[in-house]
Amino acid sequence: MLKSIATWFHQRPRIRLAALLVAPLLWLVVAYLGALTSLLITSFYTINTFTGDVIRTFNLNNFVELLTNPSYRNVVLRTLGIALSVTFICTVLALPMAFFMAKVAQRRSQKILVALVLTPLWASYLVKIYSWRTMLEPESGVIDWLLGPLGIRSPGFGFAGIIIGLSYLWLPYMILPIYAGFERLPNSLLDASGDLGARNFYTFRKIVLPLVFPSIVAGSMFTFSLSLGDYITAQIIGGKLQMLGNVVYQNYSLNLPFAATMSAVPIAIMGIYLWIIRRSGALTSL
Amino acid sequence: MEVQMRNKRLFKALSVASVAALALSGCGSSDSASDSGLPKVEMLKELGAGEGQVNIVAWAGYVENGSTDPKVDWVTGFEKETGCKVNVKVGASSDDMVALMKTGEYDVVSASGDASLRLIYGGDVAPVNTDLVPNYADIFANLKMQPWNSVDGVAYGVPHGRGANLLAYRTDIVKPAPTSWGSVFDANSPYAGKITAYDSPIYIADAALYLMKTKPELGITYPYALDQTQFDAAMELLKQQKPLISEYWGDYLKHVAGLKAGTTVLGTTWQVNINLAKGEGTKVEGIKPAEGSTGWSDTWMISSQAKNPNCAYLWMNHIASPEANAAVAEWFGEAPSNAKSCDLTADKNHCATFHANDDAYWTDVYYWNTATEKCLDGRTDVKCVPYSEWATAWSSLRNS
Repeated sequence: MLKSIATWFHQRPRIRLAALLVAPLLWLVVAYLGALTSLLITSFYTINTFTGDVIRTFNLNNFVELLTNPSYRNVVLRTLGIALSVTFICTVLALPMAFFMAKVAQRRSQKILVALVLTPLWASYLVKIYSWRTMLEPESGVIDWLLGPLGIRSPGFGFAGIIIGLSYLWLPYMILPIYAGFERLPNSLLDASGDLGARNFYTFRKIVLPLVFPSIVAGSMFTFSLSLGDYITAQIIGGKLQMLGNVVYQNYSLNLPFAATMSAVPIAIMGIYLWIIRRSGALTSL
Repeated sequence: MEVQMRNKRLFKALSVASVAALALSGCGSSDSASDSGLPKVEMLKELGAGEGQVNIVAWAGYVENGSTDPKVDWVTGFEKETGCKVNVKVGASSDDMVALMKTGEYDVVSASGDASLRLIYGGDVAPVNTDLVPNYADIFANLKMQPWNSVDGVAYGVPHGRGANLLAYRTDIVKPAPTSWGSVFDANSPYAGKITAYDSPIYIADAALYLMKTKPELGITYPYALDQTQFDAAMELLKQQKPLISEYWGDYLKHVAGLKAGTTVLGTTWQVNINLAKGEGTKVEGIKPAEGSTGWSDTWMISSQAKNPNCAYLWMNHIASPEANAAVAEWFGEAPSNAKSCDLTADKNHCATFHANDDAYWTDVYYWNTATEKCLDGRTDVKCVPYSEWATAWSSLRNS
């Protein structure tokens, strides 16, 4: 019986393909895209001011509120600033580490180093951020205790705290793609560049960076998008600072349509970001 | 190639159309538009047999079954006696509880005043038939039929307990001891950057209360009935306060940790936070300042879509009983609502500490209530700012 079914499918390659694709397509279209679309459609609704029930009539009030209220503009710009800073810091930290891991370390140590880089990912997000809270605590925290004698004070909870915390969290996501990029970089290119008289920084700028750029871009997609949507870090080590995710979190139970409007913003930002990346051609050579 | 291109475009169009159709069908036809009248919801006429379980939305610490502390348990006895298994979902905030009750999956909620009216007018809760709750008779008279738990002489819940939002201060850091809410609003405060406030739109009432006592020319008589001018004055005060704030607290455990570490030395708190901080060795006290304070009196309410109404009534009667009410009031750190509970608390001074019998204490405590467009203080010549605008103004303040 099984043989006849197999033969039937074998004779119809298109149906075979469709059968294979049905499950993942169902997940992608219904569960993922469908949920996203209904969220975005909700952003056009408003709520009854007193009871909080959703009024399902199409209007643009939420978007007008988002664009005209200066505090929401500030939140979006602040979140964008945080995401860009985190991406930059992660890149700066990841490049030397990935270079060391790929080019300088011995074969044996490479595997150990990769494992060490991955180990923080096994710890819970909350555990790591609460640890940072203890470190950053003004006056009684670990940073003040450790570096106080040197005159360095903890930046405390706030903008700096959030950037430090998020950079720590997403660093492995940046190191690994760049490490993969460096692995693919042939050593002979570096040797040739040196033979032709280029100094270190020139080699880095003209040879290494362009070849490793696609990996940096791949890593930045993680750090940028994860920072855009983050809200827990701001609640724990952000002091009274709020990020875009916090606005969504505060509104989703009381004013779901406005929360949906707010979540449309990072979707739009990521769309623009990916379009810029695509235009720069970084993804074609990945 | 041509055929492939056409198929690709067809496929794309089909998938977009199917996604859109799915999403729009999910949205359905628009419900009837909001109406500000009171929804008609039937109350239970008589008690039947228990259904075997009850789903509760409650504040942390209200429904303890021994898992936090083996000695703290008023649920297991109830489950054995009535056969109703208790499933509890802890609500993080009043807004969270309103959203949870709207799903219709829960039977009972312990609603604070800033949630109760929203639930009543949203048709999410039913009136309570107090004849079916024998312990209702022993509840303090000044908690029954209040503006936040009754409408037009109909009771919508069983009062739970009450507490005031106190002013906490580190006794070893803040000297001399504060006596007024002015210390958290003072722009020249020596503790600037170490002050805390409650992270909820309802905190606007605290600013309004301060203005009520210090700026009588604004004419505020009830902190939850603010016309636009009064509301703007309160928001202005909060904007001035913002640079003084280290953290706005919503999670009481983080607040206790902040008091212990010294990142916050002054600000709004609950008695239970003071008790917890003292338990960890922090030198802290909580006082009700000269202006009085805002407070809360929670109400057990039954869902209009309750699947287990009989168990729900049995629970409400149980939690209002002298024994259970005393236990939860002592654990949480609030004044009990049942007058007979005061004789049953382990700490004989509990009711004295929490002023359960002291009517005079509560005269300047303004319990959380939900601001409505119709002014709650009776004014008919102006429109008051409704709670939803409190929420948007608060959100703007927090994000600026």
